[in-house]
Amino acid sequence: MTHAPSLASPKQTWGALTVKLLVLLVAALLLFAPFLFQDTRSIEVAARICVFIVLVASYDVLIGYTGIVSFAHTMFFGFGAYGAAIALRTMGPGWDAIALGASVGCVISIVVAAAIGLLSLRVKAIFFAMITLAAASVVMVLASQLSQITGGEDGITYKTPAVFKTAYKLLVDDHGKVVRWFGVKINGKLAAYYFVYASCFALFLVMLRLVGSPIGTVLKAIRENEARAEAIGYRVVAYRTFVFCFSAVVASLAGTIYAIWLKYTGPKTALSFTIMIDILLMVVIGGMGTMWGAVIGAVLLVLAQYYLRDLMGSAAEALVNVPLAPQVLAPDRWLFWLGIIFILLVYNFPKGIAGTLADKGASR
Amino acid sequence: MSLLSLNAIETAIGQYAVLHQVSLEVCEGGVFVLLGRNGAGKTTTLRSIMGLWRPSAGSVVFQGQDMRGLHTAEIARLGIAYVPESMGIFGGLTVEENLILATRNGRFDQERLKRIWQLFPALERFWSKQAWSLSGGQKQMLSVARAIIEPRKLILVDEPTKGLAPAIVDAMMEAFRDISQTTTILLVEQNFEFAKSLGRDMAVIEDGRVVHTGSMADFARDTALQNRLLSLSAS
Amino acid sequence: MGQTQQEGALEPLKSTLQRLGGVNLLPFAVAVIAFVLIGAPSSWVTLTVAGLAMGMMLFLMASGLSLIFGLMDVLNFGHSAFISFGAFVAASVLAWLGGWLGADSLVLNALAVFCAFAAAILFGLAGGWFFEVVIIKPVYRDHLRQILITMGALIVAEQMILALWGGSPMTVPRPAFLTGSILLGDVAIEVYRIFAFLLGLAVYLALYWLLNRSRLGLLIRAGVEDREMVEALGFRIDRLFVGVFMLGSALAALGGAMWAGYETLITPALGGQMMIVVFIVVIIGGLGSVEGTLLGAIMVGLVANYVGFLAPKLALASNMLLMMAILMWRPNGLRPAVT
Repeated sequence: MTHAPSLASPKQTWGALTVKLLVLLVAALLLFAPFLFQDTRSIEVAARICVFIVLVASYDVLIGYTGIVSFAHTMFFGFGAYGAAIALRTMGPGWDAIALGASVGCVISIVVAAAIGLLSLRVKAIFFAMITLAAASVVMVLASQLSQITGGEDGITYKTPAVFKTAYKLLVDDHGKVVRWFGVKINGKLAAYYFVYASCFALFLVMLRLVGSPIGTVLKAIRENEARAEAIGYRVVAYRTFVFCFSAVVASLAGTIYAIWLKYTGPKTALSFTIMIDILLMVVIGGMGTMWGAVIGAVLLVLAQYYLRDLMGSAAEALVNVPLAPQVLAPDRWLFWLGIIFILLVYNFPKGIAGTLADKGASR
Repeated sequence: MSLLSLNAIETAIGQYAVLHQVSLEVCEGGVFVLLGRNGAGKTTTLRSIMGLWRPSAGSVVFQGQDMRGLHTAEIARLGIAYVPESMGIFGGLTVEENLILATRNGRFDQERLKRIWQLFPALERFWSKQAWSLSGGQKQMLSVARAIIEPRKLILVDEPTKGLAPAIVDAMMEAFRDISQTTTILLVEQNFEFAKSLGRDMAVIEDGRVVHTGSMADFARDTALQNRLLSLSAS
Repeated sequence: MGQTQQEGALEPLKSTLQRLGGVNLLPFAVAVIAFVLIGAPSSWVTLTVAGLAMGMMLFLMASGLSLIFGLMDVLNFGHSAFISFGAFVAASVLAWLGGWLGADSLVLNALAVFCAFAAAILFGLAGGWFFEVVIIKPVYRDHLRQILITMGALIVAEQMILALWGGSPMTVPRPAFLTGSILLGDVAIEVYRIFAFLLGLAVYLALYWLLNRSRLGLLIRAGVEDREMVEALGFRIDRLFVGVFMLGSALAALGGAMWAGYETLITPALGGQMMIVVFIVVIIGGLGSVEGTLLGAIMVGLVANYVGFLAPKLALASNMLLMMAILMWRPNGLRPAVT
């Protein structure tokens, strides 16, 4: 049985197998994260990883599978997050508010993506990148200007459905106290985490389905040779606009999920250009053009964000007497190092970790 | 004596191997014609000589010098000019600017300029017009003029008669006859009549391989061979 | 039938407009419309001068980007790093030469300003060389990796600015002779704006001469159209590239230095903010042409100032709306390099 797939697809290498095993491992670790790592920070990290896997994978559908470079991905993430946030604040904590916020976020994302796409996907790729960058920056400015609606720089805090409250007792024992499994309280926080996990898992499966479908093949054909794809009879602009809208919707839903988890939405968590840079780093480090790469990139970078900074902080303190070392090793400078790693990766391993690993053991 | 020789060159565009073991000997003087169907590899051969595409194997030797690893600009400076099929005219530049760019030091040799004006009177007439406003034939003249504004040893010309009116084709033929008195021409041509009346030596390329090489006079007599090798372009 | 008649009537108007300068008339049209809407001539003059000065500074920042793209087909997302570095280098030199700046001597004042700008330009030249040779050269003709690499370089450069100058805003001292305003009737015009306009104009004229009257410019213009053919004519266009890249980066640094003196308070976020505007300028103007960039820069400068006065709420979106409108009318911008 285990031989069958490798015989059927000769491309299967031990490297590709390793990648898939790694991703399975990540999925399993995330599934049991609340039980394996029992502190609040770890569960924050786990939830962030889930959301960013979806966000990065949806970006990879654009950049890796279709060859479109957009800098507006956080904008769509923000539409979803702000949609849910504004609905939850005005309508109160309920599922109806979440549904409405999520749908409004999706609709706005589709409309904006279609507008940008139809206006500029027919021009040069480089124009498109510039236009998305300009659009994203305008939305960012608008969000901080329209403070009555968006809360400006401070953002919005709100309540989510009661079942997600930390104090909510999901399972109670005979004494009315919350049940513990393996020392973990079965409370609303846990429910919220599994809500994030399940919705992200579902979205990821949808994307896997898309890239594995005939549409995914067409997208790759467009990326490889646009003129030829057009000549064969595929309407390149229509396909590209569709993909742009699709990834915008997924990003928007990821934004909604993250907004529900955080119970706060502001420019820093949902719109800032730093998130865009994070996504870029994740997709390149993980590997463009494979969904598995998105998983690896998101895990590595979120872990680095949370734990590498501490490491750099202690390194900076240790080297306090070496000139310039404290400045470049300061925890705030971690982007400097990531930027350098990023450049080196694009030069030397343009396929990222997943792609490079998958080529290992190839018979050629 | 051999001016240019290709020794078993192999050129690939992307992952598609276009030329397979192409070998040619172009002797000094006269017109050497490269015939073959569309997509046979004629343009690729010219571009490989010019260093615009790099052969992955084999060598291109010009006047005894192996040109492997030379930059296109250095190859040009050895005395090779290129008239591409697209003509390569700078549309935003005037006729004068197009020509002066092709001179080595930014000054015209008045003798040569006069000769060019004689060959192609239209260029004098539109001297300070922007080149995009020229007709197709005039652009072709400008492209050829650019190749001969400086003394060259070899001119590579890619399908100069494509899409031109018969009258202009005749003018072009005169021009090439005149140029070939002093300069060797390697001509890629689909118009067999044109090629036949100009060519001294010739070769036929098919599917990236040289399938025939010899003198044009012999080839022109052998209609059976023509039909076999050029069935498309002879019609 | 009515339509053809109308077109027939429009044709002479069209050709007249074309003769008068075609799209070059747009800034004048904008200025006239704004004059009617604003009503008060003195405010209009102030806004127009401010718009022109801003436009000229934007031109300095954007021309290099446009030129580099036109010639090399390289879009440098890291271009704004040179703007930021130019601003901070100039500000640091000015602060360091505080003695000269404070001295009661016009010569010393001017010398300090000159040194600051020269330092910015030198930095731009050196940085541009490094950027071209180390960062860009390996990824010619690969747009996707180009965008990623230059974006990565931008991240690194911004972090370097943060590490070198810290995250807090920096005040930029301005010499006495560039402060204050002159009065023309009841209109006050800031001296620095006149200075910025004149310097921008001088750079434009120099660039115009370089591109249209010199052999080097002939090569550059030819290279914008067809680099392969320029190589086939015997010129090493890769060496030309390095030169153009250095020139473009130096112009961006000079633009940043000018902007620093204009704003008098700069933060490391400056480059990122200007980048968006610079992109809009080159998209409006048409990538690759210096004239187009000037036109785009002046349009953006004027519209930003007029809208800022007429409808402050719209000010931030005005650039974007302008870009959208122009792209719908002309998808390649007003005056793209290749016709």
